[in-house]
Amino acid sequence: MAAALEVLIWRGKADGRYQAFTVPLRESQTVLDVVTWVQRHQDPTLAYRFACRVGMCGSCAMTVNGRPRWTCRTHIAKVAANGRVEIGPLANMPPIKDLACDMGEFFAKWQRAKGAFAPSTSRRDPIERIAPATAPRLAADAAIECINCAVCYAACDSVRWNRDYLGPAALNRAWTLINDQRDAGQDARLAAVAADGGCHACHSHQSCQEHCPKGLNPVASIAGLKRRTLQAYVRGEL
Amino acid sequence: MNVRLYALQRATALVMVPLVLLHIAVIFYAARVGLSAADILARTRGSIGWATFYAVFVLAAATHGAIGVRSVAADWAGVRGGKLDILTWGLGMILAALGLRAVAAVVLP
Repeated sequence: MAAALEVLIWRGKADGRYQAFTVPLRESQTVLDVVTWVQRHQDPTLAYRFACRVGMCGSCAMTVNGRPRWTCRTHIAKVAANGRVEIGPLANMPPIKDLACDMGEFFAKWQRAKGAFAPSTSRRDPIERIAPATAPRLAADAAIECINCAVCYAACDSVRWNRDYLGPAALNRAWTLINDQRDAGQDARLAAVAADGGCHACHSHQSCQEHCPKGLNPVASIAGLKRRTLQAYVRGEL
Repeated sequence: MNVRLYALQRATALVMVPLVLLHIAVIFYAARVGLSAADILARTRGSIGWATFYAVFVLAAATHGAIGVRSVAADWAGVRGGKLDILTWGLGMILAALGLRAVAAVVLP
C-alpha cells in the first residue's frame, strides 16, 4: 500500500465539486480520521459533522465511494482500493456545505409519519406494566434502536425517486409505535402511513436494511405496516 | 401508492391467479386437441360462461396494469398529481375497451 492516500472530498453545495487532497496513510485509519486530518492540516474551511467518533451517535454518516456509511466505523483499509477514496455528503438531502447536509426534510417526514409517542395516561396514573415478551413488544424492540442517522434514507431508491415518500426511518419508527400498547395515536398514525408516500410506496429494494449500521430491518417494519393498514382498510377502519 | 390502490392491486392479482391458470389450461387443451378458429368460435359464441370469464379477466387486468404503470410513471418519470390520475384512468380505460372489444368479438353471436 502507498504511504499516502488520495482523497476526493465534496466541497460546496449541490452545485459543488470534488476537491483532491493527499493524506498520510496510517494504520487502522478511519474515514473520519482522514476527514479530520484534512480539516486540521490542509483546509480549515472544510465542514463536516461528527460527535462520539465511536460508532454510537450516527452523526458522522457520509457517502463513501458511493455508499452511505458511518465514517468513524469505516476503516480506510476496507474502502480505499488503489489508495483512493471519495467522500461526499449523504444523498437524498441537500448539502448545506461540503459534507454536512440539511436533514430538515428527513425529520419533517418523521413527524408526518406520526413517529412521535402519543400518551394515553398522565403522571397521575399508575405506571403501566409492559410485558417484554409479548409479540407486539418484541416487534417494537426489534426496531427501536434507530438513532436517526439517515443512512437508510440516503440509501433508499424510492426516497430518491419519490419526494413524497416518508422513507424507511420514519416508517420504521411508526411501526414501533403501532406496536406500543401505551400509545393513543394509532388512528392518525395508520392513516398517515396508509396515505400516498406512505408504506405502500416502498418496493422492498432492501437498501435500508443492507446499509443500516445498527443492523435494523426497516423492510420488515414496513411489511408490518402494509399488513396492518390492509387489515384496517378491509375492515373499513381506514 | 396508497392503501386503497395497494388493496385493489392485491385483489385483482388474487382474482387473476385462477383465471390465468384456466386460460393457459384452455390454450394447451385447444393446441393439443387441434381446435381450429371455427371450432373455438363455435364454443365461445353465445356463451355466457366464456363472456363472464373473459370480461372479468379483462377488467382485472386493466385495473392491475393501470395501477402498476402508475407506480412506474410516478417513480421513474416523476409524474404526479392530476397528470398521474389522468394517465392511470386513461390507460385503464383503453385496456378495458380493447379487451372487452376482443371478448365481444368471440362471444357475441
